[in-house]
Amino acid sequence: MTATDAPAGTTAHSVTEMTMLEAINHTLHEEMARDERVMMFGQDVGVNGGVFRATEGLITAFGEDRVVDMPLAEAVIVGSTVGLAAAGMVPIAEIQFLGFSYQAMHQLVGQVARLRSRSGSRFEAPITIRAPFGGGVRTPELHSESLESQYANCPGLKIVAPATAADAKGLLAAAIREPDPVLFLEPLRGYRMVKGDVPTGEHVVELGQSRMARDGDDIVIIAWSYMTELATKAADQLAKEGLSVGVLDLRSIVPLDVDGLASAIASAGRAVVVQEAPETCGFASEVIATANDRCFYDLEAPIARVSGFDVPYPVGLLEDFYVPDTERIMAAVRRTLAVAP
Amino acid sequence: MSQSTPKQDNVPNSVSANGGDPSQDEMLDILRRMIDGQVYSTRCFNLQRQGRMGTMAPIDGSEAVAAGAASALDPTTDWIFPQYREQYALGRFGEDLVDKIALYNLGHPGGGHYPEDLHVFPFQISLACQIPHAVGMAWGMKVKGDPGCTLTFFGDGSSSEGDFYEAANLAGVRKAPVIFVLVNNGWAISTATSQQTGAESFAAKAHAFGFPGVQVDGRDPLEVRRVVSEARMRAVGGQGPMLIEAVTVRHGPHTTADDPTKYMDPAEAAAAKREEPIARFAAKLTELGIWNAELHEAAEQRAEQRFDLAWDRAQQAQANLDPAVLFDNVYVNPTARMTRQRTELRQHLAEEER
Repeated sequence: MTATDAPAGTTAHSVTEMTMLEAINHTLHEEMARDERVMMFGQDVGVNGGVFRATEGLITAFGEDRVVDMPLAEAVIVGSTVGLAAAGMVPIAEIQFLGFSYQAMHQLVGQVARLRSRSGSRFEAPITIRAPFGGGVRTPELHSESLESQYANCPGLKIVAPATAADAKGLLAAAIREPDPVLFLEPLRGYRMVKGDVPTGEHVVELGQSRMARDGDDIVIIAWSYMTELATKAADQLAKEGLSVGVLDLRSIVPLDVDGLASAIASAGRAVVVQEAPETCGFASEVIATANDRCFYDLEAPIARVSGFDVPYPVGLLEDFYVPDTERIMAAVRRTLAVAP
Repeated sequence: MSQSTPKQDNVPNSVSANGGDPSQDEMLDILRRMIDGQVYSTRCFNLQRQGRMGTMAPIDGSEAVAAGAASALDPTTDWIFPQYREQYALGRFGEDLVDKIALYNLGHPGGGHYPEDLHVFPFQISLACQIPHAVGMAWGMKVKGDPGCTLTFFGDGSSSEGDFYEAANLAGVRKAPVIFVLVNNGWAISTATSQQTGAESFAAKAHAFGFPGVQVDGRDPLEVRRVVSEARMRAVGGQGPMLIEAVTVRHGPHTTADDPTKYMDPAEAAAAKREEPIARFAAKLTELGIWNAELHEAAEQRAEQRFDLAWDRAQQAQANLDPAVLFDNVYVNPTARMTRQRTELRQHLAEEER
């Protein structure tokens, strides 16, 4: 774990308040300026600046050779990165919504993730696949899925899911510079709702390091991406009831900070894991299995899960009942604290 | 890539801008590569039948497409993205491919680990997946201003995959220097081409992508070479891609796991075999007075000996294979979890030995 206020790789002396979206856009500008090999492409990322404006201004700054509006075809958006990387480029591909990555899954999992392995490192895949994910904003079908655990079962990929604006910068910079492929997940709901101070200079956060988002002794909530924000809100409210609730932000799903995770759970003795994905085979299951391996005898109560349900991601009128909220998180915390040691 | 590569117009490379007629030496080289391909493929097939190698797809019928196309390319600037049938006859791009072929069919991870200077991508088992890769690299070469082009082989069946349409479409948009060689051998395992497309030809599909598509006799390596040379000139000259439908006949099973008697008419199969590309090309060069039975036998022997050596080395590699290489080359650095798993595997193996 790194301390909340001193991210690794930071040499910046000043900070600016940004939304997560602004932080991502700012980082893309910085990384493309830093390294001429970096290319950004996907659907509507050029003139339109992305449907969320994450790529705003890049085409003007770096030209049409490096910032490219692609045909509407996810498999080749992802598949072409293999050849581009072999030609010496550093591709960043945007999948407009993670739910659309199903159309590219065979390239992402079957090809990109295996490139190093099947070529004996003759070819590397310094590829970043950016994709907004998660729900809560009343999108049409297949725009809100949380597929991180499906991809976590695919060796060769790294999966990163920042929760703060500063981490969005530090982790995106790390992902782009990483010689292995990274699936970089950006929370739809957090794009404009998550705001914070972002270092303006060089700021890189090492992949695979979790972060204590909030200190607390009684219990720890484990989360990633936008669920960290909700967990923190829940913890703040529970503090008013006199409960001391910590929040651990995993930051990366793969590689998982096993030591940071185990030490946070062991020191609190009780834990709740929050995820937006369906319960069965979600990443929360992996977190709990890890705790089972590493700190079972430090546990004072079974670890609880708060998650979506084992149903397809619902349409708008039902999504608030599906996505975990602070109330469900608080209830799980209270239940877990009520278990006698 | 250097940090500031100026963009420049691609110019045909004089080393291998083989637009003109092939020299006698070039023709002889093509035939020898075809023979290499046939011998390597047959040896692997037989080793599979003896239970010493895994499932493989023989080259039978595609020798002229592979060797003819390779002869039109420059192995120092151009890249080949094969499927899984063509490697056997791509010796022009690197003699040591035979080692990789032996290792790959043996199931050794080294079978995909090609040396730096070998401009060929490893075997691709997932059909059509290599097409976006070939387009991506061609696109990257164009952005960087690198000379050369990419060429990808795939089959009539693969041209029904989404990856073909998506990649060819992108190549057309970006005018990427890529050559699509669609090997139409009449069959996708047991599915005849009549069940594969309603288009008048596979070449006709190019029309939708905005670049030319041509049919060529895929059993005639000089025809393949001529058309690929033309495509290469276009590609490196900035005119974009071309689709070449090389028509041939698969005159054996799809793979070692296939029984074509179930779906192929024996008379048709026999006719196809009589037209097989090596015999045809050997006869042509014999007519030209530059080939004879003695040279043919010598070429076959050379290929057999090369395979013998490769097979020896592959068996040596098998004997020395450390199971812990399972964990190599997954990430640049293994995760903590993988390191633990590797240790556990080692301990488990050590306990088993005791």
